[in-house]
Amino acid sequence: MADDLKHTTGEATFLDANEIVLNMGPQHPATHGVLRVILKLDGEKIIGTECVIGYLHRGVEKIGENRTYVQFNPYVDRLDYVASVSNGLGYCEAVEKLLSVTAPPRAQTVRVILTELNRIASHLIWLGTHALDIGAMTPLFYTFNQREDILKIYENYCGARLTTHAFRIGGLQYDLYQGFEQQVKKFCDEMPAKVDEYEQLLTTNRIWVARTQGVGVLTAEDAIEFGVTGPMLRAAGVKWDIRKAIPYENYADFEFDIPTGKNGDTYDRYLVRMEEMRQARRIIQQAVDRIPDGPIMAKVPKVVKPPAGEVYHSIEAPKGELGYFIVSDGGLQPYRLRIRPPSFVNLQALDRMVRGSLVADVVAVIGTIDIVLGEVDR
Amino acid sequence: MAEEKKPDPTVPPSAPPKPAAAAPPKPAAQPWDDELARRVRERFRSAIKDSLTYLGQNYFVVDAASITSICGYLKHEEEFNYLVDVTAVDYPKREKRFELVYILYSFPRNTRVRVKASIAENEPIDSVTPVWQTANWLEREVYDMFGIRFAGHPDLKRILLPDGWQGHPLRKDYSILKQDEQWVQENLHIESGQ
Repeated sequence: MADDLKHTTGEATFLDANEIVLNMGPQHPATHGVLRVILKLDGEKIIGTECVIGYLHRGVEKIGENRTYVQFNPYVDRLDYVASVSNGLGYCEAVEKLLSVTAPPRAQTVRVILTELNRIASHLIWLGTHALDIGAMTPLFYTFNQREDILKIYENYCGARLTTHAFRIGGLQYDLYQGFEQQVKKFCDEMPAKVDEYEQLLTTNRIWVARTQGVGVLTAEDAIEFGVTGPMLRAAGVKWDIRKAIPYENYADFEFDIPTGKNGDTYDRYLVRMEEMRQARRIIQQAVDRIPDGPIMAKVPKVVKPPAGEVYHSIEAPKGELGYFIVSDGGLQPYRLRIRPPSFVNLQALDRMVRGSLVADVVAVIGTIDIVLGEVDR
Repeated sequence: MAEEKKPDPTVPPSAPPKPAAAAPPKPAAQPWDDELARRVRERFRSAIKDSLTYLGQNYFVVDAASITSICGYLKHEEEFNYLVDVTAVDYPKREKRFELVYILYSFPRNTRVRVKASIAENEPIDSVTPVWQTANWLEREVYDMFGIRFAGHPDLKRILLPDGWQGHPLRKDYSILKQDEQWVQENLHIESGQ
């Protein structure tokens, strides 16, 4: 048996008698959509994985080249469909940068509020589904319930709950509805007790701790090497957040901390995301108290035709660095529109995180990467 | 370039392009000349064709043959330890059709820089996977979408499209309505995916 163990450390290139190949997905409840992972196992130990993706590929980048800048705006909501507001923010800002336009202060503050609410909503989905994957069913009901409050704010604001198309190039289309501030404040007031409740269910729960601590470890060096960003990078101990490093909108005006972890394991990523929700609430509370008056739309020509040139702009989406690289030839449509999705790049580290662990850990690690296949496959 | 922008038949014509309002003077890329740009230019001399800046974003235009050594230098000597993205742009009318774009970020410096290199059709370019592991999937996607071959890539195969698919959709000569009919009929058992 001791001899066999060497297969578990080296990179096996062929199957020997002890190795089996197990297919997981694309139709599998724990793969969060249509992700297929081919696992190479020695007993129950993973000695290699291969991700097969693309089942949800819709050619969004090609569509972008065939729509005008304004027409393409709603498409980005369909990338990371649980964080559509963030996607829209990144796209609008990238085009604004190309146009050398800045959204007016009122629009910026509203954008920050809605985007941070979106971060909370996205993390709530992650928490509910991640816990469900590991066997804790209760948090799912609580988190979806709380997320409903956020979706109601979106619905009141722009009429849509999921694919909101909340922002426009240059600012906002709709001004705030009456009662927006109160509704947001009420959400913020109720939130800490609820997050504490989730923590009560999980943080010291022996099963949760056993299933997450030391599972799917990604060191800071590996995280940087793999281009991993967002909560996964911070849980490895790298204090880096685009909202602080390269501030956009008016994030520089708000006080908030960047939570970090130490061990880069699934448990630390859980703690980091829980704290991020609280920090997002802090930003919202500061912002909602001082929404400036004024216009909500910058002066943007009716026909958006950025001058020829190219720009890369990225934001801190709930899952990591979401970037847009747009090449304009001076025409009505982008000449090339590249979306740098955080989920796609983060998913690449899956192999590094699960090698040598057990099949059940793959489920935990897929949950902790927090992928949305709409964004991975585009 | 202009002929690529045919109106899409499936989209109702949006606001007809009116004569542009008195536009401000057109911005253009300016030469980029700071210590980093100078160091890199001195080190690689003719391999650095240009260093420019546009909208506050800096980029090098480099010779495709030395892409790995330039990227290796930027990572190891200049601390650009995070490869944000690898992508390509297709300019069918240029002599060297594809322009590869590498977006780098440095955690210690908190700066981004882009590296661009042009290659002709069917001309391979060295993979940067030995420099950053991230490049693996990113280069696979570029191969999938543009058909650009990366020499030395450990596992160069399609990533988003199915393995047997013919054609590379993000090339400009691949129309938005085009698809691999044969693949669709054989694998999905339907006449057309449209």
